[in-house]
Amino acid sequence: MNVQIIELVLVTIVTAATPLIIASVGELVVERAGVLNLGVEGMMIAGAAIGFAVAFLTGSTFLGALAAIAAGMFMSLLFGILAVGLAANQVASGLALTILGLGSAGLAGASFVGQKRESAASLYIPGLSDLPLVGKLVFGEDMFVYTALALVIAVSWFLNRTRAGLALRAVGENHGSAHALGLPVRRTRMLAVLFGGACAGLAGGYLSLAYTPFWSPGMTAGRGWIALALVVFSSWKPWRLLAGALLFGGATVLQLHAQAASIGLPGQVLSALPYLATILALVVLSLRNRRGSIAPGSLGTPFIPDR
Amino acid sequence: MRIDLEPRAGRSRIAEWVAPVGALIAAMLIGGLLVAALGKSPVQAFFVYFVDPLTEAWSLQELAVKATPLVMIAVGLSFCFRANLWNIGAEGQFIIGGAMGGWIALLTHDGVGQSVLGSWWIVPAMLAFGAFCGLLYALIPALLRVWLGVSEILTSLMLVYIAQLFLDYMVRGPWRDPKGFNFPVTVNFDPVATLPMLAPGGRLHAGVALALIVALAAALVMARSLFGYEVRLVGSAPRAARFAGFSESKLTLAVFAISGALAGLAGICEVAGQIGQLQPSISPGYGFTAIIVAFLGRLSPIGILVAGLVLALTYIGGESAQVTMKLPFYLTGAFQGLLLMCVLAADVFTRYRLVIQTGRRA
Repeated sequence: MNVQIIELVLVTIVTAATPLIIASVGELVVERAGVLNLGVEGMMIAGAAIGFAVAFLTGSTFLGALAAIAAGMFMSLLFGILAVGLAANQVASGLALTILGLGSAGLAGASFVGQKRESAASLYIPGLSDLPLVGKLVFGEDMFVYTALALVIAVSWFLNRTRAGLALRAVGENHGSAHALGLPVRRTRMLAVLFGGACAGLAGGYLSLAYTPFWSPGMTAGRGWIALALVVFSSWKPWRLLAGALLFGGATVLQLHAQAASIGLPGQVLSALPYLATILALVVLSLRNRRGSIAPGSLGTPFIPDR
Repeated sequence: MRIDLEPRAGRSRIAEWVAPVGALIAAMLIGGLLVAALGKSPVQAFFVYFVDPLTEAWSLQELAVKATPLVMIAVGLSFCFRANLWNIGAEGQFIIGGAMGGWIALLTHDGVGQSVLGSWWIVPAMLAFGAFCGLLYALIPALLRVWLGVSEILTSLMLVYIAQLFLDYMVRGPWRDPKGFNFPVTVNFDPVATLPMLAPGGRLHAGVALALIVALAAALVMARSLFGYEVRLVGSAPRAARFAGFSESKLTLAVFAISGALAGLAGICEVAGQIGQLQPSISPGYGFTAIIVAFLGRLSPIGILVAGLVLALTYIGGESAQVTMKLPFYLTGAFQGLLLMCVLAADVFTRYRLVIQTGRRA
């Protein structure tokens, strides 16, 4: 295998991992604040549809990405009103968001099915981007890839090094104590949910703006759910998310290459790989963490302030 | 200004019924706005969706046929949800039940294996094997949760994708009809391998009656048996249930087994009663819609019976709206999601009073 092929494989792994990184880093913040939003898939597909529609109409990938973020935030606002404001069941609210997202994205994108547009441009720095092996990998990605990396760094810094991050973790760990300390539990959670929505929307936008040059109704194909599994897999730590997402990106690329090389396994078996890998990853993780749960203490429990 | 939730002293029986009806009306109003935004008449859409299907004998039967899988799955899910366990992979259990039950029809095709016993046993065997395989498939996430503490939410959902790919592979490969011009479908099931009709010439198959029996039996179990009490107690007061000596692991396995078996049964009823063969896709998302049915029916079997008919109406109305009004079928999905959100919000208002406070509190 020569250097060019290795570079190509690495680059495709990174692009396959990018939407997972963006979506799961948002969900990680939401879950660290004690809210389980199962609607990632719905917010992602909404972002993909609206992002593509706006980019197609304006001709600007950047405006498309902004619209994708806005779509994700709008969807997460609905979830926030239900699950944080009204303290409704979080699992059911998240499922409702997924169903609503898949339906309304289909509606919004109906007239854009079959349309094509130029994918997001990649960075090009003369000299640096032409370096063997690392050139395209480090200096030749599109803006979403760099955004994903910046998000991981920013979220890690925010959660571990800032006062607001500490407050957010306190809210997620024990909302009763946080409330008694005077922390604004519901406001913190609402903001976290909106951040998660923005990330999921952007991740969806990546799929229709950079990963593929078109929009199709089922294009998220369970990536939202895999992002949710990645958060568990990462033990709610941003840096491990990066490793997990690259692993899954690798599984996806492996599947594509195996399909192209026709190694005798039916295509459906290869397509099932990412989902099987997700289950396997969750099992391996639970074997490693036999002693006690590492999830945020208040994860999934609704909060109603008492007097 | 701030908005607070204040617990209500008691839950009135009227509110229990008003809440889902109010949620339905709210979802219809918002859905109407959506239709208007698409440039179509909301009034016409209302009639196409919710009134016209109720005016013809043909579509009333269709309604019962569509409600059948929804009710069966949702009744099973209500056991899980009541116990605060989240089986969201009913779609996968439905597909596995349909595929494996249908396999028996393929094995016995053209009179194979019927020389000794005859053919009376084929349909019961299909139903039993379909339900059994759905049960086994549901036990995967349940066992992973009980043994290793793996979240049942994510594993049960991942298994949906795997079930879809499994069925897709089988009907394109080993199970494909050799005389089918390369279409990815199996042979048509023999008459002895399809569910009998309730009335000659009608559309109602035996599965419709089965759904009714399932709902009534579940209502009895939930209200009158120790097991039903256990399920309700574990869900509403897990600590108390532990002190009472109820085993959470056993209960987890039991409710997953029930919901998996019912989803599998629904799958084989749909295949043997409605479709009559296996094809790459046998469900327009019944397993997910059933989650909405379960909540709209307030997790009670009788409520689910009514809610199943309402959601079946959205499927039939959605199909005719696609033809007569050129409304995309996705509108049905969007409406179903909206409906679940409204149901969850309405549920909060039966338990809490919304208090709007102005000014600062001491």
